[in-house]
Amino acid sequence: MLTQLFPDPITLRAAQAVAAALVALIVAFVARRQQIHLERETVIALGRGIIQIVIVGFVLRFVLGLHGQGQWWLSGVLLLAMLGAGATIAARRTQQIPGIYLVTIPAIVLGAGVMIGLMALIGVLDTAPTSLIPVGSMVIANAMNTMALALDRFRAEVATHTGQIEAGLALGAAPNVMLAPYVQATIQAALIPSVNNLRSLGIVWIPGLMAGMVLAGSNPLEAAIYQFVVIAMLFGAAGITALLCTLMVRSHVFSAAEQLILPREEM
Amino acid sequence: MSTPLLRAEHLSRQVGDKMIIDQISFAVHTGDLVAVIGPSGAGKSSLLRLINRLDEPTGGTVYLQGQDYRELAPRDLRRQVGMMMQAAHLFPGTVAENLRFGPRQQQRELTDDEVATLLAQVGLPGFADREITHLSGGEAQRVSLARTLANRPAVLLLDEPTSALDERAAQGIEALLQRILQEEKLTALMITHDTEQAARLANRALLLKAGQLVRAGTVTEVIHANATLS
Repeated sequence: MLTQLFPDPITLRAAQAVAAALVALIVAFVARRQQIHLERETVIALGRGIIQIVIVGFVLRFVLGLHGQGQWWLSGVLLLAMLGAGATIAARRTQQIPGIYLVTIPAIVLGAGVMIGLMALIGVLDTAPTSLIPVGSMVIANAMNTMALALDRFRAEVATHTGQIEAGLALGAAPNVMLAPYVQATIQAALIPSVNNLRSLGIVWIPGLMAGMVLAGSNPLEAAIYQFVVIAMLFGAAGITALLCTLMVRSHVFSAAEQLILPREEM
Repeated sequence: MSTPLLRAEHLSRQVGDKMIIDQISFAVHTGDLVAVIGPSGAGKSSLLRLINRLDEPTGGTVYLQGQDYRELAPRDLRRQVGMMMQAAHLFPGTVAENLRFGPRQQQRELTDDEVATLLAQVGLPGFADREITHLSGGEAQRVSLARTLANRPAVLLLDEPTSALDERAAQGIEALLQRILQEEKLTALMITHDTEQAARLANRALLLKAGQLVRAGTVTEVIHANATLS
């Protein structure tokens, strides 16, 4: 129906965006009738989402418009900006942990950034901006989500087990000894979505990248193998990021005198 | 007079604008059983947390056997100044694993006999292999006390060890503490909101109000002062 109403591709996409946003708004208003208030968050998220993705569209049009392989550095700048944004967003939910940016920035750079660089270097990942930017952004976004999950779980584990942690400290235990069971639980929980992605690949879902390649006329077998490569990269980057951020954040919840310093009620 | 085993000097802790502990000074000598009394929110638990250095003083310090405790490694200090908390906070596993936890941090492994002796001391003979999930509140507190004693601390800090228990279990723990403190000639500071319990167990007392030490002396003097002030 929309294709007949809007023959121009850009106008058609805008109309499709409005239709999709309307569905999301309807969900929010249905939830409101059940006393679940999502409308404000939904409107803000939709507004932010459309503005951000349109800006990225303009940037990509500019980058891809620059012909020649010499523009790989511009892809690098874009990916670095994405790494910075990912570190900031992941840190936002756990800002009560002192110096949290000193955890999220190195973790995502060493996890996602190094993975992208390494894969590009050995030729697994094409360095053309058309490939490097979208695949890189997928790796970074997945690492960001994993890190946000890890940090949130870690904070919750520490908050829930404050009594046991301090009981151990009071017996002369080292902070890392007391955190060990929660570090393990944190990393396992944070990686559940990535592990599920790998497990259900091709059975429950056909990821967007593969679907896009098939739609663009690629050989489905080639598209499937490349999709596995990307999902494996996502898992690797998420695993390294989760591990690094959880190991690094441990020292941020204790003072130099080995006191738990996450905010808690006094007296 | 000999050097006090423990001496707090102008000990303070400020959080934001609030003075949780305000310039508290006192001394505890070997063998003293000091009751810390005062109304809720007076800073009693905060004082014990400062002595164990679970929180950092914003002013003043504590001397342990004449040495500023900031010069000691926090882990060494906490092994010497054992703390039994209001809730048992036992670790998952068996009773014996809980008792072995503290000494293991110093690469010292308790023998089965040592575990059995500690358990007999707290009135739980034969409990070594019992899972902590199968303990009553009173039994868990006894295990918590045995776990603290396993480190052989020079000073014992007891944060209302009977407050979370029913009356019968509380009486059991109090009798146990009375016996162990006397038999082992332990030095202890014990928070209690029950002045009668303070009178039964302690020889000296500190009265705290709004983070300040308003009276220190014999337990009778301090309880009398508390009754007069309130």
